[in-house]
Amino acid sequence: MSARFLLKKLVQLVPVLFAVSALSFLLLNLLPGDPTVAIHGPTATQESRTRLRHELDLDKPLPARYATWLGHSVTGDLGKSYVSNQPTTEALKQRLPVSLELLLLSQLLALAVAIPLAILAALRPNRLLDRVSTGSAFGLLAIPNFMLGVLLIYLFAVRLHLFPATGYTRFTENPAENLRSLVLPAVTLGAAELAVYLRLLRTDLIATLQEDFITMAKAKGLPTWRILLRHALRPSTFSLVTVAGLNLGRLIGGAFVVEYLFALPGIGALTVESIFKRDYIVVQGTVLLVAVAYVLANFCVDLFYGFLDPRVRHARA
Amino acid sequence: MTEPLLDVIGLSTSFPTERGLVRAVDGVSLGIERGQTLGIVGESGSGKTVLSRSIMGLLPASARREGQVLFEGQDLAALSARDLRDIWGAEIAMVFQDPMTSLNPVVRIGRQITESLRHHLRLDKETAKEDAVALLKSVGIPEPRRRFDEYPHQLSGGMRQRVTIAIALACGPKLLLADEPTTALDVTVQAQILDLLEAKRRERHMAMILVTHDLGVVAGRTDEILVMYAGRVVERAPTYTLFTDMKMPYTESLMASIPRIEQPSHTRLRAIGGRPPDLAAPPVGCRFAPRCPYVRPKCTVEEPPLLPAPTPGHVYRCWYPVGT
Amino acid sequence: MPEPEAAAVSAVAPLPAAVPELGDGPARRLGLLFWLSAGWLALIVLAAVLARWIPGLPSPTETGVGPARQAPTAQHLLGTDSLGRDMLARTIYGARVSLVVGFTSITAGLLVGGALGVLAGYYRGRFEAVVMGAMDVLLAFPALVLALALVSFLGPRLGTVSLAIAILSVAPIARVIRANTLTFAQREFVLAARTLGAKNRRIIVSELLPNVLPAALSFALVAVAVAIVAEGALAFLGLSVPAPQPTWGSMINEGRTLLQQAPHISFVPSGAMFLTVLALNFAGDSLRARFDAREGRL
Repeated sequence: MSARFLLKKLVQLVPVLFAVSALSFLLLNLLPGDPTVAIHGPTATQESRTRLRHELDLDKPLPARYATWLGHSVTGDLGKSYVSNQPTTEALKQRLPVSLELLLLSQLLALAVAIPLAILAALRPNRLLDRVSTGSAFGLLAIPNFMLGVLLIYLFAVRLHLFPATGYTRFTENPAENLRSLVLPAVTLGAAELAVYLRLLRTDLIATLQEDFITMAKAKGLPTWRILLRHALRPSTFSLVTVAGLNLGRLIGGAFVVEYLFALPGIGALTVESIFKRDYIVVQGTVLLVAVAYVLANFCVDLFYGFLDPRVRHARA
Repeated sequence: MTEPLLDVIGLSTSFPTERGLVRAVDGVSLGIERGQTLGIVGESGSGKTVLSRSIMGLLPASARREGQVLFEGQDLAALSARDLRDIWGAEIAMVFQDPMTSLNPVVRIGRQITESLRHHLRLDKETAKEDAVALLKSVGIPEPRRRFDEYPHQLSGGMRQRVTIAIALACGPKLLLADEPTTALDVTVQAQILDLLEAKRRERHMAMILVTHDLGVVAGRTDEILVMYAGRVVERAPTYTLFTDMKMPYTESLMASIPRIEQPSHTRLRAIGGRPPDLAAPPVGCRFAPRCPYVRPKCTVEEPPLLPAPTPGHVYRCWYPVGT
Repeated sequence: MPEPEAAAVSAVAPLPAAVPELGDGPARRLGLLFWLSAGWLALIVLAAVLARWIPGLPSPTETGVGPARQAPTAQHLLGTDSLGRDMLARTIYGARVSLVVGFTSITAGLLVGGALGVLAGYYRGRFEAVVMGAMDVLLAFPALVLALALVSFLGPRLGTVSLAIAILSVAPIARVIRANTLTFAQREFVLAARTLGAKNRRIIVSELLPNVLPAALSFALVAVAVAIVAEGALAFLGLSVPAPQPTWGSMINEGRTLLQQAPHISFVPSGAMFLTVLALNFAGDSLRARFDAREGRL
């Protein structure tokens, strides 16, 4: 992969990051509703509110505020919560591991089920296993995640008492409990991803299996499993990997419904709570983090894709 | 007379389609001995590719095969999939038409050779690599060690086909099936590849079946030629006999359509009028009758059997062969 | 944005993939399942529109029409909730919100995003780069968080919810429509129209739109399903149309604490939403398969 290619991509990245940060800032600062009222309550005096406005720089012009905010953000200072006075970066640091763990578990689950199923389905397309799994995937996609979460809680927590309905234990405290508390949320989150991965990989595999080089591999007398794993799976996984990578970026803050439902102290839950409390600063910080994470994930996936597929790699070199 | 390496008896392959059962190969018999080259010639749709795949057994699940394929006395058609896989690559190998699609684009070339070696011959990694590099060299690829680590798209078309030949030869098969090995290549490269195949065959004392639509390819490079039309063998003869004493009008038409360098410029190329028959509903009588310049009433009523010609080893399928 | 984006888009939004999806095979005709889906959708739309005139249907907001938390009986076909309100009535009135939000937001999104997509796909060049760049930036945002923020700050009402979802749908719709337009804009009949001296506007309206529209329509159905789910999520968090108007999402939320005693309170609206989303997905997919198949035969 050439340095020039890398540079070009980096250069494209910067304006996007700028635009994203500007949008985060603008969005929340242009909305109606006076934060001072939200913080001090409706009985606050004019005086105290004016003082607060000055403290929070709300009386300065917009571009100046954006510049200050951006400057602080880059150095890691995302302001302090209006409500709890806790530095946003602190809160994010605390909550990031929770979200990441949930995210990783859900993707692992999804892949662990999707890959073998897709292989089996592609081996015998349009037979029973294939039809059943494709149909189920289709059905799974139709279930909104909050609905699935409620259903899983009902079945496994309320009825069967297998897993806790809500709550979270840190990994460092009790690894077993930690995993137990994450099973239902991970399944909820992973279900939709599972469906997407399954459909994608199955179709890709079926197309690959019809290629001439598969017939050639057969003619060499190689065993089926080897042909599948070594020859068929490899080209088919490219799109899978890119989608999985993009999902990682998307889901860092996007799992908030699941976090809310299962009372997990993650970034998504923080975002939701802050929105309810009109805690602008924190919301700005989390939106910025999530958006930047997504853009960076996109960027990495793009680079990685060029690295994975040797045809692309050499074309760009 | 040595026992034939390959003895195909009454091989038929059909595929169920929307139009009905298509008999792509209909009652074909042939034999080849070690060290010989057999050419199979025919238009597209004559069944020649299906024939080569049927001999190997490399057919889709929906295909139905009848007849016997005796390889060293063993009937391949009766073997289980696992036993067949032991034979594929090790005893019988195949070279495909288009090297761009028959090589896996995301697997290195070296790997595509060594996996055969390691699977069939149980070689360890280092030995397999050395063997593969030697193979690449012997098929005429310069800098074989560097090429070992490269991907197919980094080589030219002719080189890629050399690689597929190397892959086919890796485990020392006794029979090589080359299915239109030069059709996808530049004309300048075609002769090189054919010469390479010939050299390898001689060197390893292999039997080779060369499938092509081009009579020019088989002339002078084969011991015996089989002409196919609409799934049937319509003429079989030792090469020299075929070219000098052909009996089947179809063969004559094929011969006439080859452009010759001695002809004056602007000579019109002769094509055979009409199209091959629909194999789901073959015509009554001789299958070539609708297009034959010498057709007579008997031809459209009764299909001729394979009749022997004066020269030994020459059979043809015609009521009124050339010269009568 | 990079090609992997295309893979992601075509995995999630089934259009205009080069990869055959659920409908491959004998998908030339619209199958039984399509008509079943269409039937369910028609039923639900009719029920929602004619709710006031359905004989014997109690008011969805009137409490105590029956004993609280009762499972389905002959009198209350879908049971009652924790305040003794009739579930069937609430489900039907809840459908109103979902359907209105779903269809209006996507229609608005189609108008804006579709226009942007067609123009970007046709004119290419810098215009396309700017528009698609803007779409990429919009897509980088966690969608539902944006919707949450918008609705929360603007006040939860039918209008604001629809607006928020509409705004969010513009970027993905523009992307897909542009990709679709690209495949047609490069075809020869467009080139032919150009050489005949046709004005750009005419080409877009008479040549491109008739081709892009059918595929866009099937994609729109799936998009409506996504919008309904989005509204459901917002309602679940308490940020859609406020009480006493019933919405499917809020009903599911209400039933969350009563799963032990009266699971039907959550499951009835869940079932309704699931069936509607499934039906929309299926109808959209079948239509797309049918149009793609026709494409292939060209």
